[in-house]
Amino acid sequence: MAEKKPSKSTFTVKSGLARMLKGGVIMDVVTVEHAKIAEDAGAVAVMALERVPSDIRKQGGVARMSDPKLIKQIMKAVTIPVMAKARIGHFVEAQILEAIGVDYIDESEVLTPADEEHHISKHNFNVPFVCGCRNLGEALRRINEGAAMIRTKGEAGTGNVVEAVRQTHAVFREIKQLSEMNDSQIKKAAKEMRIPYELAKQVAREGKLPVVNFSAGGIATPADAALMMQIGVEGVFVGSGIFKSQNPAKRAKAIVEATTHFNNPDIIAKVSEGLGEPMTGLDVRSMPEAERMASRGI
Amino acid sequence: MKNVVGVLALQGDVSEHRVILERLGAATREVRLPKDLVEIDRLIIPGGESTTIGKLLVMYELLEPIKRLSKKGMPLWGTCAGAILMAKHVADGRPGQPTLALMDITARRNAFGRQLDSFVADIAVPAVGKKTLSVAFIRAPLFENPGKGVDVLATLPNGDIVAARQGNLLITSFHPEITGETAIHKYFLSL
Repeated sequence: MAEKKPSKSTFTVKSGLARMLKGGVIMDVVTVEHAKIAEDAGAVAVMALERVPSDIRKQGGVARMSDPKLIKQIMKAVTIPVMAKARIGHFVEAQILEAIGVDYIDESEVLTPADEEHHISKHNFNVPFVCGCRNLGEALRRINEGAAMIRTKGEAGTGNVVEAVRQTHAVFREIKQLSEMNDSQIKKAAKEMRIPYELAKQVAREGKLPVVNFSAGGIATPADAALMMQIGVEGVFVGSGIFKSQNPAKRAKAIVEATTHFNNPDIIAKVSEGLGEPMTGLDVRSMPEAERMASRGI
Repeated sequence: MKNVVGVLALQGDVSEHRVILERLGAATREVRLPKDLVEIDRLIIPGGESTTIGKLLVMYELLEPIKRLSKKGMPLWGTCAGAILMAKHVADGRPGQPTLALMDITARRNAFGRQLDSFVADIAVPAVGKKTLSVAFIRAPLFENPGKGVDVLATLPNGDIVAARQGNLLITSFHPEITGETAIHKYFLSL
């Protein structure tokens, strides 16, 4: 009964999956075991990678796309969507991830950038991409390149939510400023952000990003997740925060519950009880610029 | 008569449904806890991850109350993940995945494959109107083995079932809310 040929990989289809993930928690996993724990805890998707950001930080060296074999094993082990990371600008890593059929690619500053000038031309791919941002300009440049979902970068692997908070406020503040501008001011802002006028105009008119907006980078507790939700993001990524804590299964479940009931302090209080030690946090202020992942790929 | 449409807001594309309902002039309410059910007279279970929503339905003691209300005749509509939660049988699900198990039909999870196989298509749903609807299938399920009393409302060209109704229960494997189609919401409000 279909009237015309179905269309795959359109913007609606790509951004549509992100809409289905809203109100949920996407968890970093490095093994099949982790992936099952995450799914059992109520994760809406998992991010398959070889090392969580805090280990990448500690061990140093070049961080690359994970072994496709590991990603395929994780895809087989769970029924929820599986995401995987490619290096910024590394379109061949992205081609590989598309070839093995991951559900979303994170073009991620957590890995060592492969191109210091260009991001991946994401319109060229059938698989959807999520990208990190620190402000509205970064978000809209990524969307203009074809990203179908946005997340704040935060400062990954620190267990410190301060950067995610700063960046999320920045995005919302800059959207508000844009929506208060007249046409010639929007033109100027679009030029400064290096994005097309039409995209800036759309954001000004709608008062929000044209794609789903999550938070990532430093979320370690149920309270952190609820904080980001109350500030106004639509879901959270938790990286090192779960599997670098004392009791991952319990913490994962608690973060899922706090994300759903982000406006209910009684529930957040209850799920925050007796979770054991969270991951060890890092002070972002004392971190040298070279160690900051968020300033990669702007 | 309260005439408020609840949208289960444990996880998923809640706001997309609310936007369409409000465009149609319906009052909406997000449902996260059993107390929210008191104030509604119909309920939509949105798209999302059925494993996540199912778990939270059990943890927050919503599963049994929703079953009871639907058995008393409250109209209930599940889109995609919501449909999986409403089907009596789930194929290719997580073993032991909690569901409402209300409708005499089988939902096959991720029946088309992974995200790369997601698509938008024009389909005919004669029960809701003459116009074809442009709808999104996102890692969508398919329905199989409809029982007695289940009406098939829409199929793909190959005959695969993508929408069905059994009395006050409505399921669609696709998302009219993502593409902004209002006809099925209108139909649901008339149940």
